[in-house]
Amino acid sequence: MNKLESVFTNNKVLIPFITCGDPNRDVTKAAVRAMVEGGADIIELGIPFSDPTAESPVVQASYDRALKVGTYADEIFELVSDLRKEITVPFVLVTYANPVFSYGTEDFIRKAASCGIDGIIIPDVPYEEKSEFAEICKEVGISLISVLAPTSTNRISMIAKDAEGFLYISADAGEGESSTVVSDVRAQGVTLPCVTSASISTAIQAKTAATYSDGVVLPSGVVELLEKYGTEAPSHIAEYIKEIKAALQA
Amino acid sequence: MRLLGAEVIPVTSGTATLKDAVSECMCEWTRRISDTHYCLGSVMGPHPFPTIVRDFQAVISRESRAQILKAEGRLPDAVLACVGGGSNAIGSFYHYIPDQDVKLIGCEAAGRGIDTFETAATINTGRLGIFHGMKSYFCQDEHGQIAPVYSISAGLDYPGIGPEHANLYDSGRASYVAITDDEAVNAFEYLSRVEGIIPAIESAHAIAHVMKLAPTMSKDQIIVATISGRGDKDCAAIARYRGEDIHE
Repeated sequence: MNKLESVFTNNKVLIPFITCGDPNRDVTKAAVRAMVEGGADIIELGIPFSDPTAESPVVQASYDRALKVGTYADEIFELVSDLRKEITVPFVLVTYANPVFSYGTEDFIRKAASCGIDGIIIPDVPYEEKSEFAEICKEVGISLISVLAPTSTNRISMIAKDAEGFLYISADAGEGESSTVVSDVRAQGVTLPCVTSASISTAIQAKTAATYSDGVVLPSGVVELLEKYGTEAPSHIAEYIKEIKAALQA
Repeated sequence: MRLLGAEVIPVTSGTATLKDAVSECMCEWTRRISDTHYCLGSVMGPHPFPTIVRDFQAVISRESRAQILKAEGRLPDAVLACVGGGSNAIGSFYHYIPDQDVKLIGCEAAGRGIDTFETAATINTGRLGIFHGMKSYFCQDEHGQIAPVYSISAGLDYPGIGPEHANLYDSGRASYVAITDDEAVNAFEYLSRVEGIIPAIESAHAIAHVMKLAPTMSKDQIIVATISGRGDKDCAAIARYRGEDIHE
């Protein structure tokens, strides 16, 4: 069992997402500390990209802000190294194929591993094309997270049996669709934890999603607080995460 | 499109060009994948879209090849077409690919020049990348961020090129030249004046290269160039380019 999977033992897992470098890297660090303080179990670190085809308008706008201040792979590796000195919570990078490929896939994944990244999500790389990334991830011990959509149906078995860390039920599946995907995964005899985002941003939504899944992703709640409060956001983020975590534990 | 009953939603995100329209379509598609299907109009995106669009567009070279054989009794020396994503170009090339003596030349939009940032000439200025579901050449910065591209022609204003073109380029079977806004506008005016054919500003990029290539060839050699659209839509923009204060 790797570090990501072990987080799920007797625990409904909370996974907030944050865009690195929005509005700057110091605020990202403070926000990550706040998420840990609030009880986050895994943290998704978004690498800003010019054309994030799988993100909501809120996250797209935050990527634009982060790119304006020059937040690229090397800046993020430095940020992660700094955070790793004080934080043990697993980190999962969220990025797209081109920033990784352009950097040099092997170089990127090795650097990510050496600065303390546990998993990576590349939503625009489908199962059939993943070996280009998966082989090096396996070698350095990073889980390449697999994503399932409501339309994955007859692909679920193939994707799930090859997955690591946890299975991510795509962000925009509705509640009913997400629970069906989880049932389909279990019907295949796959025991890997399933997390869902189903556009979750409130404690009630998180609690409902946790009844059929092993954890929830907060795809934009933290980003919205950063957009609203800027440098003052971290204290609000801690409160927000605390409230959702409490709902999951209740 | 509205006339035919479609709902049209303008895209304002990013650089508000074709690239951003494709990205927004993909976003919307992933948001409601259960009841939505995505169709690409060019030879781009994930397999099998590039081959589906190519097979439909291939009617261009199927007909032009048959017609030139009938009219001239031989194949052309060169086939030219403009290239953005590359749909009319792959259609213009496809049935000539096995005819090794027929030169295939794609004409990219250089915009204000391939030595400026205001260009959309992917083969001439881009490098290998993975974007919009395909591995091909893309205009991008050193961090792999997709570049905001520019051309006077909205139809060529895309930072990538269909993967089959990338392959034709790599194998040397086709070549790709860059045509500036200025050259395209000159060609637009020239063909309108001498032939009474107003080509789309996209197609004028191919005509511009015909104007460079023809003087280097003998009179009995044959060039086939595809005019992929009509230029009525571009007249006001070309007039503005020439300093007229005309708005449609």
